[in-house]
Amino acid sequence: MLWEAIKLAAMSIRRNALRSVLTLLGIVIGVGAVIAMVTIGSGASQQVQENLAKLGSNMLIVRPGQSTFGPGGNNDSRAFDERDSTALKANLSGVRGVAPSSQRNAKVVFGALNYDTTVTGTTADYFIVQDWTLKEGRVFSEGEERSGTTVCVIGSTIATELFGKADPLGERLRIGNFACEVIGLLESKGQSAFGTDQDSIVLLPLRTYHRRLAGNTRVSSINISVMEAADIPRVQRDAEDVLRERRRIAPGEEDNFTVRDMTQIANTMAATTTILTGLLGAVAAVSLLVGGIGIMNIMLVSVTERTREIGIRLAIGALERQVLTQFLVESIVLALFGGIIGIVTGLGLAAIAALFMDIPFSADPQVIALAFIVSAVIGVIFGYFPARRAARLDPIEALRRE
Amino acid sequence: MSEPTALVELKGIERHYGEGGGLVRALAGVDLAINRGEFIAIMGPSGSGKSTVMNIIGCLDRPSSGSFRFAGVDVTPLSRDQRALLRRNYLGFVFQGFNLLNRTTAIENVELPLIYRGMPKRERQEKAVRALHLVGLSGREHHTPGELSGGQQQRVAIARAIVTDPLLLLADEPTGNLDTARSHEIMELLIELNVERGITIVMVTHEPDMAAYAHRSIRFVDGLIAADDARKAA
Repeated sequence: MLWEAIKLAAMSIRRNALRSVLTLLGIVIGVGAVIAMVTIGSGASQQVQENLAKLGSNMLIVRPGQSTFGPGGNNDSRAFDERDSTALKANLSGVRGVAPSSQRNAKVVFGALNYDTTVTGTTADYFIVQDWTLKEGRVFSEGEERSGTTVCVIGSTIATELFGKADPLGERLRIGNFACEVIGLLESKGQSAFGTDQDSIVLLPLRTYHRRLAGNTRVSSINISVMEAADIPRVQRDAEDVLRERRRIAPGEEDNFTVRDMTQIANTMAATTTILTGLLGAVAAVSLLVGGIGIMNIMLVSVTERTREIGIRLAIGALERQVLTQFLVESIVLALFGGIIGIVTGLGLAAIAALFMDIPFSADPQVIALAFIVSAVIGVIFGYFPARRAARLDPIEALRRE
Repeated sequence: MSEPTALVELKGIERHYGEGGGLVRALAGVDLAINRGEFIAIMGPSGSGKSTVMNIIGCLDRPSSGSFRFAGVDVTPLSRDQRALLRRNYLGFVFQGFNLLNRTTAIENVELPLIYRGMPKRERQEKAVRALHLVGLSGREHHTPGELSGGQQQRVAIARAIVTDPLLLLADEPTGNLDTARSHEIMELLIELNVERGITIVMVTHEPDMAAYAHRSIRFVDGLIAADDARKAA
């Protein structure tokens, strides 16, 4: 009998194809929106999590000035130099590495090819702090750092752009008006949280950078990697103490530098993404509700329109329960059908969005199952009232209706 | 007829609509007995109560007072669903407006009452094909009402009414929407069903030509039986 009811429902849905499709649209949009939002959202927060790992774990970033992170900072503040970094390294305990760095954009040239990239001057600690692994070659030696030798380590983007498939090790790369020997090639990291290519990078020993490229001895930021996450607040305080002393900041006076906990920032970003996902999901859920009301509306129209049909069914011996089942099944089939199309559409949209936003696409089977169940429930809830109205019709009245 | 009890037995049936001053007595105390195998025509002007009595016999309506026994069983206290089961198992309906499901093939229309009986598909289709054959519609099984003439539609409706092998066939102005030639064809079909299959038929009509096919003609006026003429079989 249930299978009959489903077939009957399918038949009557097909008989009113256009109207059924329009009704479906409400559910399709609702379910599709929820699925797309939740899927995109979870992809985005997954992305944030991954970026958190890529940033280097347990990292503190020290910059001059009080303004927030990002390029620039407060220009009144005195820049750091190499000695600040050395002092931090000497005075902090429980750290994996302390890496001063300065960077600027430059054109790098090899043979007939050139590429605009970021050239960073730093120390061997930088590779530890930033979680860089070498694919080939080696990092700067202490001697090279001290004497400012013209050697460089390059990211995978530079390698492919300038050397193609050839081995870059030992080749000489021109940066501005000097050339340096490629001694190391980094493993690829992909895009950063801000959509920049992390692999478009050339690393020089800090002194080489200062002498050959910058013409000054400024250090724009110092990255500190802490061994234990629990230690981060202590190291942060210690670093502040060391720098206040070095910069002769009197007690009570404000810092003219910032020590920023990157883990915290990443966590905040992840939390924000989750909240946003929830919010968008809630908005989408409202459209699902509207879709449900659409179903109820169309089922009521259907009952009114098919009053005569219901009369015939009742006259030839359909029980109330059978008429109720028929209309209920019809609205459930309608809602489920819309739900399935919505799930597919939503996943499709999320996949496209993931492609364009360059975030991972992660379909959550739980969310899909939930959307499916919610569709069925909407069919039951919004189909019940019209179905009951149909079942309770007086056959004589119903047959008299034109 | 060897059966001692009448198939339909109405005693003192009244049916009122409305209340107080606006009270309408559609039936004002009707006594009627219909035996198995009879073919009865019910006539009368509109508002005389002939449709009301049909609805009561068809277990679609309940009398305000009086007793109605169907095949010896008191129908008056039965619930809505019990009356639906009675209709499903013992009654067949043919309406003036055919009342077929639109955009549904002839065979699906005829199968409909069997679906509610929970009959398996194969058996159902066999019975529907036979019923359509009986009413002379072989080869039209997959036509929808829109593709059939009025006479053919009424034949589908008759096939639907008899596919369940009912005891009683109720026909409410079955020829009301048909031309004369088609009307006579339908009446021939009803006679055939009555004679060959022993189906008791009660038919409401306002055309004396059609009433002439019946063995017995009952005339309603103002909610009462004004005349009841039993004739010899035509």
